[in-house]
Amino acid sequence: MARYDSLLDACGNTPLVGLPRLSPSTEVRLWAKLEDRNPTGSVKDRAALWMVRAAEGAGELRPGDTILEPTSGNTGISLAMVAKLRGYRLVCVMPENVSAERVQVLRMYGAEIIFSPGPGGSNQAVALAKQLAAEHPDWVMLYQYGNAANARAHYETTGPELLRDLPTITHFVGGLGTTGTLMGTGRYLREKVEGIEVIAAEPRYGELVYGLRNIDEGYVPELYDATVLTRRFSVGTRDAVLRTRQLVEVEGLFVGFSTGAVLHAALVAGHEAVKAGRRADVAFLVADGGWKYLSTGAYGGTLADAEAALEGQLWA
Amino acid sequence: MAINVRIPTILRSYTGGAKAVEGTGETLGDLLTNLDGSHPGLRDRLVTAGSLHRFVNVYVNDEDVRFLAPSGLTPLDVKLDDGDTVTILPAVAGGAADRAAAGGAGGPVPAGR
Repeated sequence: MARYDSLLDACGNTPLVGLPRLSPSTEVRLWAKLEDRNPTGSVKDRAALWMVRAAEGAGELRPGDTILEPTSGNTGISLAMVAKLRGYRLVCVMPENVSAERVQVLRMYGAEIIFSPGPGGSNQAVALAKQLAAEHPDWVMLYQYGNAANARAHYETTGPELLRDLPTITHFVGGLGTTGTLMGTGRYLREKVEGIEVIAAEPRYGELVYGLRNIDEGYVPELYDATVLTRRFSVGTRDAVLRTRQLVEVEGLFVGFSTGAVLHAALVAGHEAVKAGRRADVAFLVADGGWKYLSTGAYGGTLADAEAALEGQLWA
Repeated sequence: MAINVRIPTILRSYTGGAKAVEGTGETLGDLLTNLDGSHPGLRDRLVTAGSLHRFVNVYVNDEDVRFLAPSGLTPLDVKLDDGDTVTILPAVAGGAADRAAAGGAGGPVPAGR
């Protein structure tokens, strides 16, 4: 049934669509899990809803409370929607170099935004949020990078949906950020499907983004457990843009650049299966649509133009 | 032919500012030893106590070496071929890595678990 009592109830149960034109062969098929069909248009609705519900269930969050979250955008938008419907105030800490649309949508939902310096990326946003949390002990930081309910949302929903819709699944490919999607979905599928490949596609941004990072001050999200993954790819800006454009040109799917990176890794796995003469059903996750990234200008012009436009931006 | 190695900005002090250098080696470990000959000190930034530094990610042709190691072997044992591209990057989450700052206020707030 496609009728729901409220917007929150319409979270999840997203379509899984075949991509016959992009699939390497009739034996090696690609499937896209359309997470842009969630209430605010991204996969983060699942994590936001589950994190809020878990905090409510634990008595840590009561109506009128303030939620604080470091986010580069999508989680903030999802939390803003959930906060509005459940009666919370939301303060987002966000790097200043995220796309303009994300800021506008957050403000529209009534969220307050505190910007962290762009060159520090998401980790500086995390640092600033932790500092604010210390200064405001009554604020509740859900902390998507370390909140088990983020991964649990996918263990309980995304994973089972994939197996229900594609019992012959051989590969699952997702983007690596907080790692929640891959940890939860991957854990579920590895328990149920023998030999399944769980593949991470990690965005490799332009050099400006990494410029100031000191290796000794690295960061791995608390949720990350390498044993859940079977492979991990680093996908550069150019490949991500190329695949993003290919998806809309060949299959009519208009997605954000992180999905282009995910498709790139999915195609690597798919072509390997063809070469090895194995059948494969490769499901990959579309984290969001392309709407919020139009202002980057990276959907038009040459690949080199797009790469230049995205240099220094957190495009995933 | 040799192996092309992409160096992150933070380590270019070891390569005279070069974004990419060439090296040789049968394995990643051999390559890093070879590179250390021409760029002294580089290996020590990447390898701690015989294994890859926790906050260093190394990719061979865009694939993370930690998942390429055959069972029972380490990422440093991963075999390389002439013409491979090895990319070295600091570990990041959502595009950043600054643990000193990120960890400044202690661990994650446990709300919501």
